[in-house]
Amino acid sequence: MSDKSSADILNRRKFLGAVGLAGAGAALGAKPAMAEGVKPDPLITEIQDWNRYLGDGVDKKPYGVPSKFEKNVIRRDVSWLTASPESSVNFTPLHELDGIITPSGLCFERHHSGVADINPAEHRLMINGLVDKPLVFTMDDIKRMPRMNKVYFLECAANSGMEWRGAQLNGCQFTHGMVHNVMYTGVSLKTLLDEAGLKPNAKWLMLEGADAAAMNRSLPIEKALNDCMLAFAMNGEALRPEQGYPLRAVIPGWEGNLWVKWIRRIEVGDQPWQTREETSKYTDLLADGRSRKHTFVMDAKSVVTNPSPQAPLKHKGRNVLSGLAWSGRGTVKRVDVSMDGGRNWQTARIDGPVFDKSLVRFYVDFDWNGQELMIQSRAMDSTGYVQPTKDELRKVRGVNSIYHNNGIQTWLVRSGGETENVEIG
Amino acid sequence: MSRSVKLAAVALLCGVALAVANSRIEAQQIAAQAAAKTSSKLGLGRPALPDEIKAWDTAVRPDGKGLPPGKGTVKQGDVLFQAQCASCHGEFGEGAGRWPVLAGGAGTLKADRPDKTIGSFWPDLSTAFDYIKRAMPYGNARSLSDDDVYALTAYLLSMNDIVKDENFELNDRNFTSIKMPNAAAFYDDDRETAEKQFWKKDPCMKDCRSAPKVTGRAISVDVTPDSKSGPKVD
Repeated sequence: MSDKSSADILNRRKFLGAVGLAGAGAALGAKPAMAEGVKPDPLITEIQDWNRYLGDGVDKKPYGVPSKFEKNVIRRDVSWLTASPESSVNFTPLHELDGIITPSGLCFERHHSGVADINPAEHRLMINGLVDKPLVFTMDDIKRMPRMNKVYFLECAANSGMEWRGAQLNGCQFTHGMVHNVMYTGVSLKTLLDEAGLKPNAKWLMLEGADAAAMNRSLPIEKALNDCMLAFAMNGEALRPEQGYPLRAVIPGWEGNLWVKWIRRIEVGDQPWQTREETSKYTDLLADGRSRKHTFVMDAKSVVTNPSPQAPLKHKGRNVLSGLAWSGRGTVKRVDVSMDGGRNWQTARIDGPVFDKSLVRFYVDFDWNGQELMIQSRAMDSTGYVQPTKDELRKVRGVNSIYHNNGIQTWLVRSGGETENVEIG
Repeated sequence: MSRSVKLAAVALLCGVALAVANSRIEAQQIAAQAAAKTSSKLGLGRPALPDEIKAWDTAVRPDGKGLPPGKGTVKQGDVLFQAQCASCHGEFGEGAGRWPVLAGGAGTLKADRPDKTIGSFWPDLSTAFDYIKRAMPYGNARSLSDDDVYALTAYLLSMNDIVKDENFELNDRNFTSIKMPNAAAFYDDDRETAEKQFWKKDPCMKDCRSAPKVTGRAISVDVTPDSKSGPKVD
């Protein structure tokens, strides 16, 4: 590491000052410097095809797709992670995205028995158990209820789970890409439960999917009545099949497994069901051999998406550091960034909307002279929680808890701009 | 509503009463809006029929709620398991390839590489019944009878040495008497107390640590896609 402190690197004023001087110098002797050895750009001096011939008409793509030049912007999977692609996961290409909304087609997928293929006209939602009147709803019924629109992140409990023992996968798509953030349209879970009428001893719900895994999870009634939804739309259109079309649970701030897709049944009970997904899975084994269960909330977390291993630095001089931060406990209040492995920190600039339990986008505009960097980000949320280091987490939890790894990520930027996933000590 | 209309009509006839009538209309409208808000029922959906609830509600709880009538022995379960389950889970639940291991691993939970199986880890037997009935066999879910599920659950108990007798019969009456070895080792999320040090007022900003050294590199592990081996995530 260079001796230059992170505060210096990040000092935008100083940098702008330097640019100002260089700019003034260039202006004085600009002409000869420009002329020497620089040929006119044929992309400018020659007429290009797209500047001469007709492009596609409006009748060509009734449903548009990204430019062919964006073909690298795709979900990716890691085949060795699981025994079967139908009970597996893929990853959102975080390093290719900006802002806070994840395009629907790039939202990571996690299925336990593949993507259920359901005609919405044939979908039913049942509410039974400790209710005054067990009910069956059609999608038409649900679309006649008062609606709400909310932006929330959904993070898999296992996001970064492969990194508990050390740096494993080289890219934020793989280390942090089990997260997405979209706008949901749907109805509040409370509206639905009110239709059936809760009995006084109703304490827990069980949410169950219509897929071949019939995924089921227990949900405390306080959370259900607070801010949960059943959504039928994401980012303005119907849910994608892989995201639960025609109906999914939205459980803000809580681990993704609870967001039951293709939801077909809600049972009301007085205690949790201790289903497979809250006993065998989604329990956190600690070093003493005991396990935490019902670790619902996703703690404050962040990651620098650019630069990152799949998006190395390409230029010296001016650069944009970009990243994402989120917290299941509330809003992101602040994100700090370090360029020297956590020795010194500077507060990043959050730009764009800051919603409750949603991703936020942060930036640091910085000058890079080719020195080695150890880049980290550290999120703070509205409850005062500060994202811990991985070592701090391991001290409490050991290395076998699989889920809920929100430790600070380090990227090593080498002098050529190549960027690596590293652990530091 | 109709009363408001009437009042409006009266108001039109009697110009002098107009102001008074208007304020009464407003009051009525406010009352009507409030009534609409407090009425919790939208009147949507229809009653679920008993047969419909029976068809979908197969959930089983640790206290036995939801267990259907039925029975099955370890021996019967063995036959079923070899036919329906062993191709993925192995003859003795040891797991073929990367498919889940169902048996063994007792006493490994504090080990560096714990072996979390039904016997070594699962707190409740009901979970096995519920899960097999709703989701197994993988790719042909909901194809087993209740007696099949009892028999398979009995065989899993036997493979995990929780029952020793191959003639043991598991049924809806003795089900909740079975205690799982790791049942007591789970506790509710305690992060807000056990990890309260992560809530900090002013995290360090300057000279927070000594010069960091790289201690691990993903490129040394080399398991980013196309590699064949690596850590496992559930």
